[in-house]
Amino acid sequence: MLSVRAVRGLRDFVLDVTLSVRCGETLVLIGENGAGKSTVLNLISGILTPDEGEITLGERTLFSDGSGIDVPAESRNVGHLFQSYALFPHMTVSENVAFGLQCRKVPRPEAALSVAKQLAAMHLADLANVNVGRLSGGQRQRVALARALVLEPELLLLDEPLAAVDMRAQGAMRRELRDRIRNAGIPCIVVTHNLRDALELADRLCLVEEGRVVADGTPEEVLGMRENGFIASFAGR
Amino acid sequence: MDSTRFRQEREVLRHGGRTRFPRGALTLLIVALLALFLLFVTLPVASLFLRISPEAFLRSLAEPVVLDALSLSLVTATVSTAIVVLFGTPLALVNARRDYPGRALVDTLTDLPIVLPPAVAGIALLMAFGRRGVVGQYLDGFGISIAFTTVAVILAQVFVASPFYIRQARASFEAIDLQYEDAARTLGASPATVALRITIPLAWSGLVSGAILSFARALGEFGATIMFAGNFQGRTQTMPLAIYTTMQGDLDAAISLAIILVVISFAVIAAVKIVTQRGI
Repeated sequence: MLSVRAVRGLRDFVLDVTLSVRCGETLVLIGENGAGKSTVLNLISGILTPDEGEITLGERTLFSDGSGIDVPAESRNVGHLFQSYALFPHMTVSENVAFGLQCRKVPRPEAALSVAKQLAAMHLADLANVNVGRLSGGQRQRVALARALVLEPELLLLDEPLAAVDMRAQGAMRRELRDRIRNAGIPCIVVTHNLRDALELADRLCLVEEGRVVADGTPEEVLGMRENGFIASFAGR
Repeated sequence: MDSTRFRQEREVLRHGGRTRFPRGALTLLIVALLALFLLFVTLPVASLFLRISPEAFLRSLAEPVVLDALSLSLVTATVSTAIVVLFGTPLALVNARRDYPGRALVDTLTDLPIVLPPAVAGIALLMAFGRRGVVGQYLDGFGISIAFTTVAVILAQVFVASPFYIRQARASFEAIDLQYEDAARTLGASPATVALRITIPLAWSGLVSGAILSFARALGEFGATIMFAGNFQGRTQTMPLAIYTTMQGDLDAAISLAIILVVISFAVIAAVKIVTQRGI
């Protein structure tokens, strides 16, 4: 279970969100560009620090201004997928996937085994020694997911996971992604601009406007709020 | 009808011999200027090769004064480049990533040696590290003297060559997309691991070309060295100083040293081009 209360001053407004996600639950964040959705992910994974608030994941407190706790990003064990995937361009597919294990000082043979298993599960075994610059959008997405999942994270944050995957492959990739998230059995937050992502991935949907959660409910409930301008255009598409 | 006639006149003007001639002349002028400039740059360099016979060149290479200068120059320039890289890399990385009060001042100070005349650098170093210098007087108490030693040669080279590396390194670090470093952090990399395994490898070609330029500047250093380190064969007489000294007696030795420096210069240009284009 993840629970977040975070306040942070941004350039145009103060971001102030409170949300919680249960294990095995997928929360989808929607909202205008610049509403602060990606910032929420960065605050949770530790790339940014809240001005105040509290973030707890299971038994662990990741951030709390009250008790002065701020676990650094590298110790949070949160899988964070960036919009453009941020695969390390100077490494091969398997080097990318092995990176986190090496940082954790996992012994070499053990790490190699985990990487091989993860690559096989993601249908990437044939690409193990390929430089990531030569991959398609869908392949990059799978490498990024493999790189995060091999570390058995306690939380998964996905920023526009399918935006760089080409249209025809998106349907299959989305189903695959949904299965992976379900199997992982951990809390998951997905940021998206895509209605299909929201419908197929979300157990719960939150609408973020100017740094605040203005609607929180099942996809049907939130997408039914047609009086909201953003929802009307989002669901109308 | 008027406009038709006007257009016809214009056509005549445009295609007439008179307008074509100046255009051709302009091209000719530009080509001539270019040729003249290229000649101005290449002729002196070529003259070095024309003024000495291969036998005389090889004979000079065996002269102790040439050999001493060559080995001293290579050793000191290598050491000073290593020092610049060792201290300059963290400095450039911090200035590229962290904002702190006084960062602009630090940037300006690191650039200062580029615009400072070498003679000024030389006397400034002497005032700091000379026997009676601001720092040197205390070092002298411990029996350490820097001025007029090989260490002084290296210090002078570090002083004048460091901005070439630090500027290039900072620009290369700034060109890296921050998302790679953020992703590495979330995967469990400590700041040191991020720097060693992500940032430095991604900036590698820029760092190498910066180091090569810094090495070249150190190799050519003359003014600050002769004032701060003196001109003692085998200890402080680097190649530029040896050229200056030998040209007053043994011109062949001076030309031979100059030719070696020309070859190294070409190698530096070629190396930087290869490194930056291929992105090694």
